Amino acid sequence: MNPFATLARLVDEAPRRALLLLAAFLAVLLVAPVVLDRYLLSVFFLIFWFATVGQAWNIMMGFCGQLSLGHALYVGLGGYIGALLWVKFGISPAIAIVPAILVAMAFGAVIGWLGFRFGIEGVYFALLTIAFAEVARIGFDNWSFVGGAAGFFIPVSAAASPVNLRGGPMLFYYVALAMMIIAFILCAALRRSRLGHAWLAVREDAEAARALGIDVFRAKMAAVVISAAMTAVAGVVYAFYQNNLFPSQTFDIARSIEMILAPIIGGLGTLFGPILGAFILTPLGQTLIALVEKIAGRAIPGVNLVFYGAALMVIIWFTPNGVWPWLKKKLGIPEGRE
Amino acid sequence: MTPLLDVRGVTKRFRGLTAVDTVSLTVTEGEIFAVIGPNGAGKTTLFNMIAGAMTPDAGTVTFAGTRADGLPPHELCRRGLARTFQIVRPFPELTVLENATIGAMMRAPDMEAARTKAGEVLRQLDLWDRREAKAKSLTLPDRKRLECARALATGPRLLLLDEVMAGLRPTEVDRIVAILREINRSGVTILLIEHVMRATMALAGRIHVLHHGATIAEGTPEEVTRHPKVLESYLGAEAL
Repeated sequence: MNPFATLARLVDEAPRRALLLLAAFLAVLLVAPVVLDRYLLSVFFLIFWFATVGQAWNIMMGFCGQLSLGHALYVGLGGYIGALLWVKFGISPAIAIVPAILVAMAFGAVIGWLGFRFGIEGVYFALLTIAFAEVARIGFDNWSFVGGAAGFFIPVSAAASPVNLRGGPMLFYYVALAMMIIAFILCAALRRSRLGHAWLAVREDAEAARALGIDVFRAKMAAVVISAAMTAVAGVVYAFYQNNLFPSQTFDIARSIEMILAPIIGGLGTLFGPILGAFILTPLGQTLIALVEKIAGRAIPGVNLVFYGAALMVIIWFTPNGVWPWLKKKLGIPEGRE
Repeated sequence: MTPLLDVRGVTKRFRGLTAVDTVSLTVTEGEIFAVIGPNGAGKTTLFNMIAGAMTPDAGTVTFAGTRADGLPPHELCRRGLARTFQIVRPFPELTVLENATIGAMMRAPDMEAARTKAGEVLRQLDLWDRREAKAKSLTLPDRKRLECARALATGPRLLLLDEVMAGLRPTEVDRIVAILREINRSGVTILLIEHVMRATMALAGRIHVLHHGATIAEGTPEEVTRHPKVLESYLGAEAL
């Protein structure tokens, strides 16, 4: 699977009008920071970030049909590894990404192996993913070396250093934008690959997939491991953006749920769904948080989740397959293509 | 003639019930071989043991010279044994072409080659015009042919067909009979499990008859239809 060849083919096959639109959209995002203030930069950071982790989660659920409700685990593992290596050993997050990916993959492999080897499927598999995230939360809560429940902090340094993810909102804007684009291209390439087709077959009917020569266990394992790796990278970036890590927040199930809303609303198993979903949900959620703060005079935690729940119901009511499939139809893009 | 598939004394019990009782049969490379029998004769159980979906309690299955019983279905498929399901199992949300491409990718060097191979198979099974349709939108006859197309796309030496003609109208049966003949002529050995007598008689070179899980006859269609036990237990009073 050559990413450049795939990219060339993607560009080659896409309708001209859609490409122009996409190019214009990207161009706007590239120059937008000129006019955006700090607050809006941070909103866009969150959009890009949620689009990235949504894309990663979508590999498991949207492509392979395996429900994970514990993706906060990989965010947290990535975050803690990146932060620890930087603060305690002075290792740059650019390098720490490698161990972060490897550890997340190892955890993904253990969860996948336990689930898929012993035939734990559907909601029971989802429970297993929650359990691992919860165990991690409790573990980190009691691990004093990483600050325990009191949290772990990354010192803010005056000198900007992009390689070490030290800098202002502008830096994180571009880092997250790059992450989102890379995640999209990676998923587009995977979707067209042999492995991607195996995932779709497993999602649709595992028994039939098996009869066509697909090793279902291997396909599912690949989905979990790749998804975990992508999520861990986003986790490192998020930790350096926040400058702090609290186990009760990092590994919280609310975080896991928040991560999966964008792809569900945008359209499960689609490439644009997670991005579209993030662009719809995050600004709405942020507006609501700001509004509540203004009206109530203080932040009410969880209010955005309540809102997300309501938005989810409304959107699923009108477009049961997500916004992107609906929009695609409106734009006149044939059903078989992205 | 070399035996492609050799089934020796396979038995399968479900609690007290013996669904398949020491059945042996040999399928030769290049032939069309049918297993028939009334409902509950153990046809599908026998089929599942050959296809790797069930492991026999006793006996062996040998495919292309190596032991095959107990191997998982995907491994059997890699060795050249492809199956269809009695109740068709297309990938509903994927297009007809994607369905066939997934079958073809096992032996194709890349996805482009898989798509090309899938296209060939879809043309062979009269599904090319429907290639962009989602599998869930197909009619039953189309789905049955898609089921065959997908299995055929894996490039099998032996094609196992589980009642592909059941539920089809006579004109549809004739169509699929013609297609299966064509597939067989291209070098694929076919083992079919059938209920539809007329088509089976027209298609198969040899027929194996099961009743209550046991073999009661085997031979050419003429021999089998003349066999007294077959007349008695399978065709019943209607034929006498």
